[in-house]
Amino acid sequence: MTTAAHLVHLAASDLEDARRDEASLRSFISRLPGVDKVGLEARAAALGTRSIKTSAKAQLIDLAIAMVDLTTLEGADTTGKVTQLCAKAVTPDPLDASVPAVAAVCVYGDKVADAKAALSTHPRGAGINVAAVATAFPSGRASLAVKLLDTRDAVDAGADEIDMVIDRGAFLSGRYGQVFEEIQHVKQACGQAHLKVILETGELQTYDNIKRASWIAMLAGADFIKTSTGKVPLAATPANVLLMLEACRDWHRVTGEKIGMKPAGGIRTTKDAMKMLVLVHETTGDEWLTPSLFRIGASTLLNDLLMQRQKLRDGHYSSSRYVTND
Amino acid sequence: MTHFEYAPAPESRSVVELKESYGLFIDGEFVDPLSDSYLSSVNPATEEVLAHFAVGSDADVDAAVRAARRALPKWSKLPGSERGKYLFRIARILQERAREFAVLETLDNGKPIKESRDVDVPLAAAHFFYHAGWADKLEYAGYGKNPKPIGVAGQVIPWNFPLLMLAWKVAPALACGNTVVLKPAETTPLTALLFAEVCQQAGLPKGVVNIVTGAGATGAAVVAHAGVDKVAFTGSTAVGKSIAAAIAGTHKRLTLELGGKGANIIFDDAPVDQAIEGIINGIFFNQGHVCCAGSRLLLQESIAEEVISRLQHRMSTLRVGDPMDKNTDVGAINSLAQLQRITDIASSGDAEGARRWSVDCALPERGYWYRPTLFLDVTESHRIAREEIFGPVLAVQTFRTPTEAIEKANNSPYGLSAGVWSDKGSRIHLMAENLKAGVVWANSFNKFDPTSPFGGYKESGYGREGGVAGLASYLVQE
Repeated sequence: MTTAAHLVHLAASDLEDARRDEASLRSFISRLPGVDKVGLEARAAALGTRSIKTSAKAQLIDLAIAMVDLTTLEGADTTGKVTQLCAKAVTPDPLDASVPAVAAVCVYGDKVADAKAALSTHPRGAGINVAAVATAFPSGRASLAVKLLDTRDAVDAGADEIDMVIDRGAFLSGRYGQVFEEIQHVKQACGQAHLKVILETGELQTYDNIKRASWIAMLAGADFIKTSTGKVPLAATPANVLLMLEACRDWHRVTGEKIGMKPAGGIRTTKDAMKMLVLVHETTGDEWLTPSLFRIGASTLLNDLLMQRQKLRDGHYSSSRYVTND
Repeated sequence: MTHFEYAPAPESRSVVELKESYGLFIDGEFVDPLSDSYLSSVNPATEEVLAHFAVGSDADVDAAVRAARRALPKWSKLPGSERGKYLFRIARILQERAREFAVLETLDNGKPIKESRDVDVPLAAAHFFYHAGWADKLEYAGYGKNPKPIGVAGQVIPWNFPLLMLAWKVAPALACGNTVVLKPAETTPLTALLFAEVCQQAGLPKGVVNIVTGAGATGAAVVAHAGVDKVAFTGSTAVGKSIAAAIAGTHKRLTLELGGKGANIIFDDAPVDQAIEGIINGIFFNQGHVCCAGSRLLLQESIAEEVISRLQHRMSTLRVGDPMDKNTDVGAINSLAQLQRITDIASSGDAEGARRWSVDCALPERGYWYRPTLFLDVTESHRIAREEIFGPVLAVQTFRTPTEAIEKANNSPYGLSAGVWSDKGSRIHLMAENLKAGVVWANSFNKFDPTSPFGGYKESGYGREGGVAGLASYLVQE
């Protein structure tokens, strides 16, 4: 057996090989070049110092609003809460019709029907997707059968997008094949719905793991890779997002296909969001600066974006009373 | 898809108040030069004259050295804790006036504001803080029970990191009880003159720091003065050799920090994305005006093609232009003379058969600019693989084995820096042990810290600056 070289140069045939069986997948994953923590974080921090002013800021604020997956994932969610969220998604700023609608609302599977119904009552609602978390979100601790049922249930209720979680237990114990196959099955269960694969970076812990999980998800058919559930710390850090964007960029280099990326968890301020978009601009390039390839999972971010937008428009900050709390 | 461009984000220069002309800083005061001669300092990004500054003659240098000698007895006998207070005060003032220093450094030098703001000025302050801490602990530094200052230090510094090189020289000299006559570079004297104001602001005793501006002749006068006990020089190897010859046979001690041709070595098991950043940082940081730049890229042959392709892609995202814009990555070449030198050596690469690739970017109409460039198919015998270019030009070579990488890296008259990129710890140790370079960075490049000694092997000089080792350059062991 020849010594496996590091996969600095990837070819499409390497990806085909990786999908052949568990041993091939394991070999592929373990030959991906490693990630140096210090260097990765330094690069992310350096891009964090980019200065976004005037017209650039205005452009990125509107883009960020249009990329928001407006999220509520609480045990206390009700029809009323979801209806309010949908109204906010359609009309983020009732005082300013030039504000774009968000990309999607993100809810638990049993609230998909509520969201669909609420959106259908607004003329602009048709352009907004409903995303459902599934596969025993957030822990992912259930049998495959349950996860698939959870997925189908949300799709049947009308979900346009499914945000699944990977089995971190399987990943951390080295059962990459199981993680891979599970994603494939869920992808199949999604039908026409787009699949976002949540890695839960805070539980994977190391950058090498995050890189490997990104590649497993892309190999298994993810439409998007997503950092986190929002329930675990160390979620959408700039370094995690940079690393996952590099994976998307490299996938595109090999296959020509564009896989989307969704940071979620901990993005609360306009500044945070601007940094994410800078990472996109400088890593994958502007082709990813579209809601079909980049989303920001957030609940409180939207109001900060609206306040910054008002500030750019009016030249001064307004009170938080001028944005709606939903 | 959205096309996105950063809007201009210019740093304001209103924080800097430039005088029309500057005298010499001698014995705690700005004085007119006896020479009555002045030069001007130019903003290399615009070719605008920023200010005029005095040219120190032999007589001016003599006055400065005499002031330093007069100040020496009292300064050297101050308790270390008292000297430390002055250094702490200087460090804090540098931090308080950081923006002013950063803007002035960028105007005078041409480096991007983000570098002067995030690297030069904070590191300069850090050197003062670090050495302030040493001032009252010298007896524990390992240089004998009661180490003594050498005396008057004549210090000549370069134009690539004007304030930072000042800090590397002045902070340890003062902490150890020496007094100083400093000659800044002729293209970048302004932050040193602003530093003179800081010395006044800090109440530093008169004559402890003297700053004599001028060109080569002024530096030569500092080096040659009989009242100087220690010479510290950072600059080119050619000038360093002439200084070593000039002071041979005198009582003077000498440390030299000279040129380099650092090898940045990338193995096939490197963390590739970070290695690409390390290559960029190694050669394009400060327009490549870095003595320890990673100007030779050694790629393991099996990954060379892919790394070069990724490197080229990354280079094309570099933002070249107005140094005062906060989003600029690569600024202006420091002077017309340096631009000509870079152009000259680089064109030898074309003539000798190396393959040039440059970033296709727009350059400002005025000012001195050079496109980030790499040369492929470079061999050991090419001038661009041997001579220090001191600009944004990278010579790319390949190797097959660690042994060959070591041979190539060491096959240079210089020995200042090297970088090794590999996920294998044992390989990094093997390389570090065998590379003849003052600093070997592992999975990083161009990282500096006051606690870490810096200096060269071979024709990159001798003596260390920074860390405990750096104190030896300013102490007499008893």
